[in-house]
Amino acid sequence: MDLTIAIIVTVVGASTPILIAALGELVVERAGVLNLGVEGMMLIGAVVGFIVQFHTGQPLLALLAAAVAGVLSSLIFGFLTLSLSANQTATGLALTIFGTGFSALIGANYSARPVPLMDSVLPETIADHPIARVLLGYSLPVYFAFFMVFAVWFFLKKTRSGLILRAVGENDHSAHSIGYSVLGVRYLAIMFGGAMAGIAGACFPLLLTPQWAEGMTAGRGWIAVALVVFASWRPMRLLFGAYLFGLVMTMEVYIKAGGGLFSAIPAELWAALPYLATIVVLVLISLKRDASTNAPACLGRPFMPGN
Amino acid sequence: MTLSRRTFIKVGGAALSLPLLGSTAFGQEKLKIGFIYVGSINDNGYNYAHNQGRIFIQEQLGEQVETMFVENVAEGPDCERVLRELAQQGCKLIFATSFGFGDSVIKVAEEFPDIAFEHATGYMSGPNVGLYNARFHEGRAICGIIAGHMSQTGKAGYIGSFPIPEVVMGINSFTLAARKINPEFTLTPVYISTWNDPAKEADAARAMIDQGMDIIAQHTDGPAALQVAAERGIIGGFGQGADMSAFAPDTQLTAIIDNWGPHYLASAKAVLDGSWAPGNTWEGLKEEVVTMTPYHSKVPEAAVKDAEAMRLGQIDGSVAIFTGPIKDHTGVERVAAGVTMTDAELLSMDWYVEGVIPPA
Repeated sequence: MDLTIAIIVTVVGASTPILIAALGELVVERAGVLNLGVEGMMLIGAVVGFIVQFHTGQPLLALLAAAVAGVLSSLIFGFLTLSLSANQTATGLALTIFGTGFSALIGANYSARPVPLMDSVLPETIADHPIARVLLGYSLPVYFAFFMVFAVWFFLKKTRSGLILRAVGENDHSAHSIGYSVLGVRYLAIMFGGAMAGIAGACFPLLLTPQWAEGMTAGRGWIAVALVVFASWRPMRLLFGAYLFGLVMTMEVYIKAGGGLFSAIPAELWAALPYLATIVVLVLISLKRDASTNAPACLGRPFMPGN
Repeated sequence: MTLSRRTFIKVGGAALSLPLLGSTAFGQEKLKIGFIYVGSINDNGYNYAHNQGRIFIQEQLGEQVETMFVENVAEGPDCERVLRELAQQGCKLIFATSFGFGDSVIKVAEEFPDIAFEHATGYMSGPNVGLYNARFHEGRAICGIIAGHMSQTGKAGYIGSFPIPEVVMGINSFTLAARKINPEFTLTPVYISTWNDPAKEADAARAMIDQGMDIIAQHTDGPAALQVAAERGIIGGFGQGADMSAFAPDTQLTAIIDNWGPHYLASAKAVLDGSWAPGNTWEGLKEEVVTMTPYHSKVPEAAVKDAEAMRLGQIDGSVAIFTGPIKDHTGVERVAAGVTMTDAELLSMDWYVEGVIPPA
């Protein structure tokens, strides 16, 4: 039982940053924009969050600063792809490369310095109880991630603004012709994606391992991008997908370290599972030619009102 | 031979640096030394330690040398380009500090026969390519002694990057030493297939602790495992490559320090006086290429005594950890009693000693 609880707690930790980053990217893609710069924005968020935490010791301030840093870096992408109609794929890749280098540069003097991790929302004594530990023993970003899943779902499904955002992603010219600002909506979506990626990045030094190390997100920004496809652009499926990926990533090390319950399954198979699952989902999506499961129709296409 | 090499280097150096340096080229006696690192000098581990070695020569030789370095060089074609750039900037001595740079070093060294190359932890040498390495496993044996004494569960975890001989050797050295103290001691290696993913290192450490291991060692480049060990309050772990006590002041029992400075200084002096020849050095505790930080105050006296015996014995040559009888993890005897494994055998080690629970 203790081991199960420990595994759940570790899985939640591993899944949270992926979920937060993927939620941001989901909204961006629903608005018709493909931003492959998630990994770069996460690294910028991680280093900024670390620096603020190091100097102030205020985790909330650190998360806020990381969100602002994410927004600022996403605006570079927004300006290039929306205002200048640059290629989204190439610009997103460039943003990742920029974020990797830039975060290394400003973090250069912070490598040998530990910071305190964020406390859990519960007092220690209550958090020691197994059930309380599993349900309530986490720090704030974990609950923020859950809340945002519902908030994003509600926004996209139930609000007028969400409808406009989806319209912009599905048919930008129609949305434009009835008077909505396509570029305005897309700018807002990109900024939201940037803020989420920044917060996701800050989870690494604040939640998982209290240090700054170059490239410490180690490719999880790419997993977040893949998750959006895996979830076929739906927030609830994203929640499921992020925890599935987190579970698989965590079980890999638990099995390698001690076998236990799943020792019959080779660790290599566990390591391959997220990718196999993504392929299966992609195949299923392509089999089912229902528009609602498919990508937003305008995804990745620059909008030029004149055309 | 020596004289002609020196003359060659001087003439070649002046000619090569002429177009780059213009009028300052003549009368320029400074020896330019280049370093390439696979990671960041701020990793607080392996690359940091090499850079400390570079700073050491700069301090020791002052005006006589000019050092330069390139960090975060990927192992592959990028390395070749960087080596060539350093050569064209007039470096007469170049240190390539990662195993995977080997092929590129050999290739570029053929194009620049008047430049001295040295490759760390590799195995391919050439007329102007020397090799150097450190006996990290000697430090691992000291850690193993402490683990054997202090572990209450008798189970330790070891986070590895890749199952290459250098890592396997460290795992085996640690286990052999720990089992001298506690014959029931077991060690579980987990390979995470990366040198740098702190979150995964931390998850691996959590997985080990949750399954009853109370000592965690690592052969990856950062302090994440020690941080988790401190967070969970287990007995402890060991710093790797650098003193990591800042991250876990009550958890780092000791740390293995890579001290490349003396070797770098000797090579630089040899190039300066023209006596450089490609060597193949593999030095350890005795030459102070590997050193240990002071033991933590919570390490019990008996453990300190045995650890010191292991350290001093390896220094004076009376103790060699890879001396038979050694059985592998299936119980088959691999090294007969009284026989000590050769360096060549160690450098190609691909099996685990008894007590290691091999990865699935």
